[in-house]
Amino acid sequence: MLRIGKLPIAILAGVIIMFPWVARHVTLIEHYTDIMVFAGIYSLITIGLSLLMGYAGQISLGHAAFFGIGAYSSAILTARFGMNPWGCMLIGALLAAVMALLIGTPSLKLKGHYLAMATLAFGIIVFIVFNEETEWTGGPDGMSGIPGLALAGLALDTVEKYYYLVWTIVLGVFIFTCNIIQSRSGRALRAIHVSEAAASAMGVNVARFKVMVFIYSAMLASLAGSLYAHYLNFINPSTFDLFFAIKLLIMISLGGTHSIWGAIIGALLVAFLSFEWLHFFEEFEILVYGAVLLLITIFLPEGLAGLPKIVHGWFRK
Amino acid sequence: MTAQPEHPILTLEGIVKVFGGLTALYKPDCSIPAGTIRSIIGPNGAGKTTLFNIITGVLPPTTGAVSFKGRRIERLKPHTIARQGISRTFQTVELFTNMTVLENVMLGRHPRSRCSMLASGLRLPNSRKEEARIESKARDILKFIGLAPKFDQPAGGLPLGEQKILEIGRALATEPELICLDEPAAGLNETETHVASSLIRAIRERGITVLLVEHDMRVVMNISDEIMVLNHGQKIAEGPPEEIRDDPKVIEAYLGDEDRHA
Repeated sequence: MLRIGKLPIAILAGVIIMFPWVARHVTLIEHYTDIMVFAGIYSLITIGLSLLMGYAGQISLGHAAFFGIGAYSSAILTARFGMNPWGCMLIGALLAAVMALLIGTPSLKLKGHYLAMATLAFGIIVFIVFNEETEWTGGPDGMSGIPGLALAGLALDTVEKYYYLVWTIVLGVFIFTCNIIQSRSGRALRAIHVSEAAASAMGVNVARFKVMVFIYSAMLASLAGSLYAHYLNFINPSTFDLFFAIKLLIMISLGGTHSIWGAIIGALLVAFLSFEWLHFFEEFEILVYGAVLLLITIFLPEGLAGLPKIVHGWFRK
Repeated sequence: MTAQPEHPILTLEGIVKVFGGLTALYKPDCSIPAGTIRSIIGPNGAGKTTLFNIITGVLPPTTGAVSFKGRRIERLKPHTIARQGISRTFQTVELFTNMTVLENVMLGRHPRSRCSMLASGLRLPNSRKEEARIESKARDILKFIGLAPKFDQPAGGLPLGEQKILEIGRALATEPELICLDEPAAGLNETETHVASSLIRAIRERGITVLLVEHDMRVVMNISDEIMVLNHGQKIAEGPPEEIRDDPKVIEAYLGDEDRHA
C-alpha cells in the first residue's frame, strides 16, 4: 500500500532547519540560502502541479499565470492600497481559485488534454494583461515598492528569516499533500489516472476531483507568487511568461511525476541549475538544460525520485 | 436488501440505443426480481455490453426508461448510479494497476465514505477513523473473495482469474444491491471458472442481485435463475435455464451457431 514514510519527512525537516546554519559556515555556499528561498517558492508550485500531473494525469501550462496572479495581487494591493500582506495573499489565492474553477470546469469535463490547451491560452492572456495594464501593473517595466513581510511584529527582513518562513510553508503544504495522497481522495486520483471508466463506476466523480486538484494547485502557485513578490520587493511580467510555465513542467519531469518527492527534488535542481551551476555556460545554458532533460528521460524515466529504486535494484543484483 | 423477493429491483422499458445508423438495442424489456441471478446471453454484437453501459450510466439510451428500485436512472452519471447501489465489472479487466490488491478494494469504498480533501489533508480525527473503517471493511471483502493473503501485492501482477475475482471484490466494496458482471469467466481455466461460479452464488446469498453477461454456457446454465437471450439487440427469449436450453429460437440464433463453429 502507498505509505509515505515519516522518516524521510523528518529528515527533510532536519535538513531544512540545518541548511542556513551550514551555509553560514561554508564560504563557498554562503549564498545558497538565497537560492533555497527560490527553490522553496518553486516547490510550492511543483507540489500542486505534481499532484495534478502525476496523480490526476493532467497537464497545465497556466501555472506561471497563477504564480503571476498571486504576485501581482499582493504587489498591487499592498503597494498601491496599503493592505495587509497576509490578507492579500489570501485574496490572491482566492482569485486564482476562481480562475481555476472557471477554466477547469469546462475543460476537465472533456477527455484528453483540453486543460493543456485552455491553460496555454489563459497563460498568454494573463501575460498580456500584466504587460498592458500599465496603470495597475507598471507594464513591462514591472513594479517596485512592494513591502516585505512581518510576522507578529517580527520583520522577516533577512534572507535566513525569509528562508524559514518559506520552507515552513513548504513543509506544511508537503505534509498536507502527502496526507491527501494517502486518503480516499488520493486513491480516487490515482484511480482516475489509470481508468476513468472504472473510477466512475466505483462512484468517483471524476470531473469534480480533477477540478478540485486543479484549484488546489492554482492556489499553491498563487501563494508562491505572493511570497516571491514580498521577497524581491519588485516584480515584472517576464517572470511569469510561458517559458516559466514550461520550466515548471521541466522541474516535475526531472524530479519525477510518480512520486510527490519528485516535486521538491525537481524544484531544487532547477533552482540551482538556473541560478548557480549553469552560469558558467552563459548562452549555452539552454543547451545544457536540454541535455540534462534528455539524459534524465532516457536513463531515469521515473525522474530523480526514481533513483533510489534503481540503485536498490543494482545492489540486489 | 429491503426489497420483497418478487419486487423488481431493476426494470427496463422500451430501451432503444442507436449508434449512427445501427440499432444496437431495440426494446429488450425485462424486470429483474431482487436477490436473483439474471443472465444475459447472445452472440457477439447482440448488444449485451451496450445494455450494461446503459444500466450503469456510461451511455444514455436513445429512448426508453431504466428504473432501479422504482426510480428512473437512465440520465444519471455513472458515479451517481454507483452511489445508488449498482456496481459493475468490466469485460476487459479494468483494475487500478498502480495500486495494491487491498487498495483496489479500498477504492470501492469511495461512495460509502465522505471525508473531504481538506479533512484528509489535515488528518482530522474523523478522517483517520474513516480510513481505518475503509481498510477493515476492505479486508473483510478480501476474506470473502479469498484474496486476503495477497492483499499487499500489486493488482496488475495477479493471474487473470484472480484479477477478475478482485474486480468483483472491488465492486462489492461499494455495497451494491445490484452487481453487473461482464463476462467474469472469460479467459479463465476450469478451476478458476469454478471459483468464480461459487463466488457469484455466494453473492446472491448475501441478498445482492446479479446481472451476468457470460459466454461460458456451463456457468450460465448452472447458476442463473433466469436467462434473457438477445440477438441483434432484441430479446428473443426469456426464462429459466431449462426452458432456454430447449428453445428452438435460441438454439438457432445462438447455440446452433456455436455448434456449427465447434
